[in-house]
Amino acid sequence: MIQTENRIAQLFERHDGSEKIMSLFLTAGYPDPQATVDLILGFEENGVDLVELGMPFSDPLADGPTIQYSSNVAIEQGITMKKILHIVEQVREKSQIPIILMGYINPVLRYGVEAFCRDAANVGVDGLIIPDIPIEESGILKEEAEKKGLPIIYLVAPNTSDERMRKIDQQSQGFVYCVSVTGVTGAREGDEVAKSVQKFIDRVKKNVTKNPKMVGFGIKSHEDAQRIAADMDGFIVGSALIDTIREHYPEEGWKDEVFAFVRRLKYGKE
Amino acid sequence: MKYDLPTKEGYYGDFGGKFVPEILIPVLEELEAAYEDAWNDDIFQKEYHQLLNEYVGRPTKLTYANRLTDHYGKAKIYLKREDLCHTGAHKINNAIGQILLAQRMGKDRIIAETGAGQHGVATATACAKFGVDCIVYMGAEDMERQKLNVERMRLLGTEVRPVTSGSQTLKDATNEAIRDWVTNVEDTFYIIGSVVGPHPYPKMVRNFHRVIGDETRKQLAEAEGREAPDYLLACVGGGSNAIGIFYPYIEDESVQMYGLEAAGLGADTDKTAATLTIGQPGVLHGSMSYLLHNSEGQIQLAHSISAGLDYPGIGPEHSYLHKTKRVKYKAITDDQAMEGVKLLSETEGIIPALETAHAIAYLEELMPKTSKDEIVVLNCSGRGDKDMGTISRNI
Repeated sequence: MIQTENRIAQLFERHDGSEKIMSLFLTAGYPDPQATVDLILGFEENGVDLVELGMPFSDPLADGPTIQYSSNVAIEQGITMKKILHIVEQVREKSQIPIILMGYINPVLRYGVEAFCRDAANVGVDGLIIPDIPIEESGILKEEAEKKGLPIIYLVAPNTSDERMRKIDQQSQGFVYCVSVTGVTGAREGDEVAKSVQKFIDRVKKNVTKNPKMVGFGIKSHEDAQRIAADMDGFIVGSALIDTIREHYPEEGWKDEVFAFVRRLKYGKE
Repeated sequence: MKYDLPTKEGYYGDFGGKFVPEILIPVLEELEAAYEDAWNDDIFQKEYHQLLNEYVGRPTKLTYANRLTDHYGKAKIYLKREDLCHTGAHKINNAIGQILLAQRMGKDRIIAETGAGQHGVATATACAKFGVDCIVYMGAEDMERQKLNVERMRLLGTEVRPVTSGSQTLKDATNEAIRDWVTNVEDTFYIIGSVVGPHPYPKMVRNFHRVIGDETRKQLAEAEGREAPDYLLACVGGGSNAIGIFYPYIEDESVQMYGLEAAGLGADTDKTAATLTIGQPGVLHGSMSYLLHNSEGQIQLAHSISAGLDYPGIGPEHSYLHKTKRVKYKAITDDQAMEGVKLLSETEGIIPALETAHAIAYLEELMPKTSKDEIVVLNCSGRGDKDMGTISRNI
């Protein structure tokens, strides 16, 4: 099945630059599978443009303590690839928000690359981010993903050379994920992110010309996002969102607290 | 049969590669270039071999095990005595090689992971010798089990950081070391302790241990008039001591090689570390290799009486040698390993490490099939002092 109208492509085509595109990362099955569905549906009503749905892995070596925690909770509660795909299926009954599956390659390999791409495309997944598949190793996934019309989004980092950024831009589809600082995922002090990031952003602007550019890692507030993403198409928040869920779940009204945080991220103080 | 793996992409057949986040790609490219340059530089080689000689105590002896040989009354058994290396195991060969490389690259902050503590101690030792800052990540549970090695590392001036994530064992210590590495890529050199991880680590670590097999060739020629034995035995966790002795013999087709992995309570139980016997290919810690993982691709906990074999993965080159059947891999249980400890202690006056004991235990099966004019070389990878607590509890 070839998807002719990819929702990610449509999102960036529609985007007029008046506000930044906001993508949120959420671990599938955290705090539980039904809550994941409810959160995504609520996100769409609260200004979220794109969802990166994390496929939990037992050994998330590029993630900080927050996503390690949410991944563990989801695994302990019995999340499986089938359940993750079912989450997407349930969201798709009510929403057309673009959804990217993001996670390490091993669970994908174990499910079977061909079956994974087929089933992901069938339930309405719009793209893949697999951080431990750099372009050198893309052969393992590329052909099957292409066959099913699933774009693969690659990352660039502060230590990626100009030449390599151009190469990654050529191979990436949908957008390029710009990792603003070296290190694992997780909330950092705003100043720490700001210091070194401008040089990197300037290099990204110069070298990533084919794709839209989304910046992530260490963004935890509207102010961080506006500053860091000033020259980008949008920004990505993950750990700070999960920390907010962790802070309020399972109090009464926890989802409203999460949605309020999401609105503040996008629009600033209410 | 010409053997020239890995490919320049770091592959051994289907296994190996560089499955790492983008941040590490430039670092691995820099490392590979520096390693190739150093390895082919006579000055580096001279300095490395001089340290192996004067500090590590190489060449280690090849000991004819006459009473062990008499015990079976079949082929002659020789022991390659890596237990005589400084710090008590082969691990120091690699730690010295990598720290020399780190110095050459101007990286003055060293990190390492450790399970049982042997690689941690070897790295801490090398760092003390070179006056370099060292941080070792170690699972909180392993720190409890291997208190003595924690004290040794601290005495050597190393900071031991407890890892409380996941199962709090070697695989989690490795995750944490990688997290440190991606955060501090500029000034940090990660000394990986086995032939695992992304390319070029499996190749580099192999080459820093090939001295084991290279020496064996010369020593066996002196003792027996031939460089190649009929059988080579070594224990396999990640697989560094095994590849060190196997690699220089891979092209000698007459040499039958056996890698002995840890079955734990049994390869058919869930308390096992028999990766090649029951595992499936997958990606962990940056390379494609056989792994212990469930039907969802989540990594399973390994179990072995020997902390050094207690790892749910194995080096990619071993996966290749297994798949091509160049090396036969067999699983040895905790109980069999304990018998191996007793056997070598009583017949040869050598208390072996529990890891090494897995190779000794396989003699029970192998020796009856051998004949008197044949030769067995067993890599005695480490000494057993560190395991006395476990040994006395289980004997």
